[in-house]
Amino acid sequence: MSDTPASEVRFRGGGFAPASRRWVGAGVFVVLILVMEWGTRAGWISALSLPRPSDVLVTFGELWQSGLLFKHLGPSLSRLFFGALIGVSVGISVGILIGLFSYIRSGMVPLVAAIFPIPKIALLPLFVIWFGIGEGSKYALIAFGTFTPTVVATYGAVDNVDRSLIRMGQSFGLSWFSIVRKIVLPGAMPGILSGLRISLAIAIILLVAAEMLGAQYGIGAYILEAGSLYDLERLFAGVVILSLLGVLMSAVIGMVERRLLSWRS
Amino acid sequence: MDIHLDGISHSYGTTEVLRDISLEVQSGQIVCLVGPSGCGKSTLLRFLGGLERPDRGRVLQVGAPPEGCLNPLTYIFQDFALLPWRSVRGNISLVLEDHGIRGAEAEEIIADVLARTRLTDFADALPKQLSGGMKQRVAIARALAVRPAVMLMDEPLSSLDSQTRELLMDDLIALWSRQPFTAVYVTHNLAEAVRLGHKIVVLSRRPGQVRDVVSIAKPLAERGYGDADLEATQKHLWSMMRDEARAADQELINV
Repeated sequence: MSDTPASEVRFRGGGFAPASRRWVGAGVFVVLILVMEWGTRAGWISALSLPRPSDVLVTFGELWQSGLLFKHLGPSLSRLFFGALIGVSVGISVGILIGLFSYIRSGMVPLVAAIFPIPKIALLPLFVIWFGIGEGSKYALIAFGTFTPTVVATYGAVDNVDRSLIRMGQSFGLSWFSIVRKIVLPGAMPGILSGLRISLAIAIILLVAAEMLGAQYGIGAYILEAGSLYDLERLFAGVVILSLLGVLMSAVIGMVERRLLSWRS
Repeated sequence: MDIHLDGISHSYGTTEVLRDISLEVQSGQIVCLVGPSGCGKSTLLRFLGGLERPDRGRVLQVGAPPEGCLNPLTYIFQDFALLPWRSVRGNISLVLEDHGIRGAEAEEIIADVLARTRLTDFADALPKQLSGGMKQRVAIARALAVRPAVMLMDEPLSSLDSQTRELLMDDLIALWSRQPFTAVYVTHNLAEAVRLGHKIVVLSRRPGQVRDVVSIAKPLAERGYGDADLEATQKHLWSMMRDEARAADQELINV
């Protein structure tokens, strides 16, 4: 080596690659709850503005022991399940039809665009008139609310299916139905599943809205009752249940994604 | 089964891409289509297999396809076109399922084509696990599975690196030597054309017309990397195309 001064090349290629770190997410929750607990105990958060997390836990425990938890959770889950099932399955079917046929696409896309921005909660009275005050109107509201985002995600996903794969299917003489079933549907699956995440979160929001009107049991009814009494402990217990429901749903979709989409690189 | 092209002309909007192309592809021959980029050679190949319709002219199938042929005109694509969610075996069985071939019969065909493309050990691999060269061999195996009368190859080696390309060319020559197949092979690579083509059709730049047809008599199996006579033919082809290619390169694209 000569005597010319040498310095190491500065590394400048790091960053821009966020990875998921275990337990950090849980840590944020724990810290937040501890701060709330500490604040309400020490008195710098007044009991009127925020309930004490430990009291919420006690309320939750009472709810569990009295059996009321399942009395509320049962109807809510069934509404969520059937409402979302109807909305998502109709949404996926319509989305695929929009993705495949020119006339359906031309006819339905403006309609979906017109329906999408309507706050579905505003239509609740209409659904009550159409489907009655019972379960029907609640299913309808949730189904309608999950339908539009599912349609948009599905036809976007169908549009994004690699055209060269479809052309390959045609060149090997595959039937139209085979191409849809074996090429279009699996190819659209990633987009459909990520749309499902949004649709199901909307389903939870609408569940509460639907139960606030004319439901005796259900998480929404429970929250509404607590809210009108300014019973913050019970209000928060209800909200925590909804949060947990959301986290659970997203975890389930994550599992389905890992199973169905393991082929992705 | 032979293929006749009869006065094919085609335009995309106001851009004329092909003008009055007439060609003959004889059974057991590999015909290479070469030409500057944008001369419509891939379009011509899509006409050959019925994936697109020409404005004028006809593509004729002369004679019946041989017995047991499931898909007479079968493509091999530049981007492989493998379903990423199916294994190697699944990708091949895909093209058999629609012909009602399942179970043991399908297994037999799959095992045979995988053996011929030396992929037997990779039957359960997913495309994402395979290198580019391997993926194209899977695509070739898939094409062989439907026992095509004519293989339509659209720049099959163009997305591979040059070493892999050499290896796959040897594979193709070995496949042809064992069982001669008919093929139309589109490429912009003249070295591939002189190695694989019995007949090389040189197209002019847009609108594509047949400029010349060069036949090479030397048997495929005797052709090798850097043979002097092939080099001479390649030079001749290049001298024919050079000015066209330069002019094509400087054309504005208004699509």
